[in-house]
Amino acid sequence: MTKASRWLSKNLIRIYAVLGFTYLFIPVIYTIVFSFNDSGKSNLVWRGFTFKNWTNPCGAADVCNALGNSLKIGFLSTLIATILGTLIAFAIGRYAFKGHGLVNSLIFLPMATPEIVMGSSLLTMFVSFGINPGFWTIVIAHIMFCISFIVVAVKARIASLDPRLEQAAMDLYADERETFRKITFPLVAPGIAGAALLAFSLSFDDFIITNFNSGSVNTFPKFVYISAQRGLPAQANVIGATMFIVAIALVLTAQFVGNRRKTTA
Amino acid sequence: MADASTSAKGDLKLSNLVKAYGEFVAVDDLSLLIPEGSFFALLGPSGCGKTTTLRMIAGLDEPTSGSIHIGNTDITYQKPYDRPVNTVFQNYALFPHLTIFENIAFGLRRRGIKDVKGQVDKVLNLVELPHLAERKPTQLSGGQQQRIALARAIVNRPALLLLDEPLGALDLKLRRQMQIELKWIQTEVGLTFVHVTHDQEEAMTMADTIAVMNEGKIEQMGTPADLYDSPRTAFVANFLGQSNLIQGRIVDNDGDAHVVEIHGQKVKVLKNRSVAKDSSILFGIRPEKIRIQPGAHQLSGCVLEGGKISDVSYIGVSTQYQVEMPWGQELMVFEQNDDGIPPLAKGDPVKLSWETVFSFGLDGHEDASAGSEVNPDEE
Repeated sequence: MTKASRWLSKNLIRIYAVLGFTYLFIPVIYTIVFSFNDSGKSNLVWRGFTFKNWTNPCGAADVCNALGNSLKIGFLSTLIATILGTLIAFAIGRYAFKGHGLVNSLIFLPMATPEIVMGSSLLTMFVSFGINPGFWTIVIAHIMFCISFIVVAVKARIASLDPRLEQAAMDLYADERETFRKITFPLVAPGIAGAALLAFSLSFDDFIITNFNSGSVNTFPKFVYISAQRGLPAQANVIGATMFIVAIALVLTAQFVGNRRKTTA
Repeated sequence: MADASTSAKGDLKLSNLVKAYGEFVAVDDLSLLIPEGSFFALLGPSGCGKTTTLRMIAGLDEPTSGSIHIGNTDITYQKPYDRPVNTVFQNYALFPHLTIFENIAFGLRRRGIKDVKGQVDKVLNLVELPHLAERKPTQLSGGQQQRIALARAIVNRPALLLLDEPLGALDLKLRRQMQIELKWIQTEVGLTFVHVTHDQEEAMTMADTIAVMNEGKIEQMGTPADLYDSPRTAFVANFLGQSNLIQGRIVDNDGDAHVVEIHGQKVKVLKNRSVAKDSSILFGIRPEKIRIQPGAHQLSGCVLEGGKISDVSYIGVSTQYQVEMPWGQELMVFEQNDDGIPPLAKGDPVKLSWETVFSFGLDGHEDASAGSEVNPDEE
């Protein structure tokens, strides 16, 4: 083997990794870079570096109202979907009841239904019930499609839980309530937290279903979609970049806490 | 959280206990009395109902019928957390998110005991692992986890400690060491231990009394020596150690012995060591009780002639022979390597002999191979 081909065979996996990550992160980097663009009407060409978008993130019309709505909807629907979904996951994962198999497969249905279909049917339903689309119809719709994901994620966590741990707790004088509080919940909690994060991000960036059921209420994805037709303001990049940084910070914190627990334990 | 540990004391009594899953009867009309303070083993192959029995005593399974008492207290339908019973689970079931200290303190805290630290420290010293208090279970070796599981149970001083295959996950050497330690700890704390295992050596090393279980029933109960020397069923004879069981017929009486005809040769079995119901008998003799001699010797006691060595395995302390008898059956003979005489060779003609007191008689209508095909390590 020549020197070059030996070097290549040694480093091929690294080159492949670098290329892969480049492919994944170029759009993110683009978003961040263009949040510093001294843009005019549209943010498509680089016209010089500026902090003005970051110092004035609400500069574009309605962007912060839309962002606020998205955050509120995200928190509310995540909270409610996580509570309901966790309860369903425990019911399916832990108990035998009539129709167990049916419930188990029906829960996948919202995940499998095309969003465009679900969004339009929801709108039809709200209209025929005489409910005006708005903030709360968005929340209801988001809870609905988030529940499935929560159930699936939490159920997987429950399934991996050794039932003997709960039996051991009961054997050691903990009643049902204490067993849940001291053993079951702490062990399932990481799964629930992960599911909640997933639900939040699903809710936060949902456009299709939201667009059908939002009436005049603006959300961040809606804002981006609509303004993209006229030229996206750089403030959208600022918010996008911020979301990315927050997400990275969350992941790093979770990892740091996890590592610390392992080493000090 | 009742102060369970003080609520019931005394012997454990199982009365006509039945556990059925639909058609399948896992535990079949089981009655047992386990005296307070004893080390009791339930021994049997997997699926014999021993673990189900244990789970019913722990309150993790509800019996189909029958009752469980500790002393005079009926605990049949009590919740697990109301019983003065603690379990050492198979694979330990230590709480992975809690430190070793909190694992052991778990039961004490639930019962609202005051001096948690003192008691946990004491039991950690007993199992000789005080330095591990702040670790998490996953950072411990199998043997350490086993001891912590034991500590977590005995710290509560239950009236009854249940051990479900507690040493099953350990390697042979560690298992031997833990057997001795468990026995020592039982003597030290003076609790009643009920130990479930499929490992006959484990049961015999530790238990005062062994109940051999098969298909939901108790085949025989007694001290390890009782069971080994005087098995009463083919299952016990084969499951506890190894036995040669030969089909025969009782043809005569000679004082306190039956004369048994085995394929034309006559041997004897003491009447009080035989449970044959009629003239049909399974004649039993343990392999290490048999003396093996080349053809020409004159022999005392019972003698079977016409054997031929079909296999020899030298295993250090002893030599194991397979001897093919004239009627085609292979008998097993273990001989101590203590006489300096080189082992006999394959194909040698031999006579087998033993003292009459060692042989035993089983019901001749039993299946001679019962219990022998069970692989004790299959779990």
